Amino acid sequence: MVCLSRPRKLGIHRRKLISGQTSIGTGYDLSNSVFSPDGRNFQVEYAVKAVENGGTAIGIRCKDGVVLAVEKIISSKLLKPGANKRIATVDRHVGIVSSGLVPDGRHFVSRARDEASSWRNIYKSPITVPALSNRLGSYVQAFTLYSSVRPFGVTSIIGGWDSEGELAVDGQVGTGPQSGAGGKVKGAKAGGPGLYMIEPSGLYWGYYGAATGKGRQAAKAELEKLDLGSETLTLVDAVKEAARIIYVAHEDSKDKDFELEMSWISSLDGPTKGKHEEVPKELLEEAEKAAKRSLEDEDEDEGPKGNANGDERMEE
Amino acid sequence: MNHFPESWGRPRDDIYGTYNPAYLQSTGPKAHTQSPAVTGTSVIAVKFNGGVAIAADNLASYGSLARFTDVKRLRKFSDTAVVGFSGDVSDMQYMDRLLESIDIRENYSTHGNMLNAKNLHTYLSKVLYKRRSEFNPLWNHILVVGFDGDKKPFLSSADLLGTTYSAPHLATGFGAHLAVPILRRLFPEDRPTEDITKEDAVKALRECLKVLWYRDARSLDKYSLAIITEEGVEIKEDQRLENQSWAFAETIRGYGAQVV
Repeated sequence: MVCLSRPRKLGIHRRKLISGQTSIGTGYDLSNSVFSPDGRNFQVEYAVKAVENGGTAIGIRCKDGVVLAVEKIISSKLLKPGANKRIATVDRHVGIVSSGLVPDGRHFVSRARDEASSWRNIYKSPITVPALSNRLGSYVQAFTLYSSVRPFGVTSIIGGWDSEGELAVDGQVGTGPQSGAGGKVKGAKAGGPGLYMIEPSGLYWGYYGAATGKGRQAAKAELEKLDLGSETLTLVDAVKEAARIIYVAHEDSKDKDFELEMSWISSLDGPTKGKHEEVPKELLEEAEKAAKRSLEDEDEDEGPKGNANGDERMEE
Repeated sequence: MNHFPESWGRPRDDIYGTYNPAYLQSTGPKAHTQSPAVTGTSVIAVKFNGGVAIAADNLASYGSLARFTDVKRLRKFSDTAVVGFSGDVSDMQYMDRLLESIDIRENYSTHGNMLNAKNLHTYLSKVLYKRRSEFNPLWNHILVVGFDGDKKPFLSSADLLGTTYSAPHLATGFGAHLAVPILRRLFPEDRPTEDITKEDAVKALRECLKVLWYRDARSLDKYSLAIITEEGVEIKEDQRLENQSWAFAETIRGYGAQVV
């Protein structure tokens, strides 16, 4: 019965699809694992919509580390400030921040931790950032294939540092040969920063700078100005830029309060020694102060109208 | 004729008489894990004013063969504790991986790794007891050093049966017989831990290691020393007992092939 009635229904709605890009009522948006006739998976697109409403999250990759930052919208004044962190650690050297449905993000992190620990059990060394991203990409993609599940309502940014030094094997008892591990190509670069972003479709790319969530357009525009591809930005400067970008991205939803949460991973000789950690309080406050100042300066440049905006903010 | 495998290659009963297969021990379970293979010898530790010092030599023996001579038997856990392992080295590796995974998991919380040495000792002793209850013991005797919940120096032992005990100074293996009497003489019961300086403790450990090197045939003059204080953990892994010599043995008369 359903089959018989469908072609007629589709005939009507196809026109709509082409003109208004809507899928409502076509029947193709009801189940995961079903393509629409023009090759779209609407469930995945709806998941992207969920992400577009989430707090802005960004990641910046520089030569000596990676910075993650997120705009955590305060949903209630009754919540303890600084609690309920949105950036999570995976293994020791990877951080994950996601934008969209918070519980989906939690589950995603839990899976990432399981992957990292099973990698350790098998290979006796920490998982690399590309390998972890690959596995998580496959995991997310699997949730677009079956009618029994829905896709992830998050876009996640994975940042980490693969050790550039000689790695101790888990459970290693001696020092090994003085020459170090064998089979190495001389002068080959090992380890370094990694930054990946995984979307609800399972699509993932490596990035120099990644942004997702509500303010992603503004954030991307700012990230592009940084010329991250040249790898000239230092980690500490990246922290400050990240804070500023989150503040810029917040401009469009100024009516809501937010907390800035930032974490970083540096090289082995840097401030975090290859570990994923929260940005220290002093640096965070300094970066936040600089971000606010830079926004005020911008408003002043805009003239009288800008000034009015600036006053408005000061009252808040 | 008997075609069962246990008779393959055996003398024929009809010619040579009944063969006694008793020594074959074909019954009972395999017991690979019920005896150690590659082992480390004594670990010794002393509490002092404001911390604990622990030492173990760098040898792993394969039976009586001195097989591996740069083995680190003192393992750091986070910045709060050191575990010294004697006994089976592969079981030590297993426990080390266990500690690594615990440290990673603990650091997932916002507060970081909050486990102190006392918590760690409780946990490890229960792991050891569980495994002995499965008749598959982890063949180790461990000393856990660090600080307890009240920030007081902590030193405690756990063995392959899950037995635990604590004292201001402890030793495992041969050290329990050779080092403890020395430590008891140096630090008698009525001398409070607060009286013992870090230097006293380290000197005593060195003295014990010397005696052990002369008396314990499974020991080595290369050793590791860890000192844990409020400031953190300091591990030195390439220590050496200086000026050790067997020259005096030449002068000993009255045993072996020598004629008095």
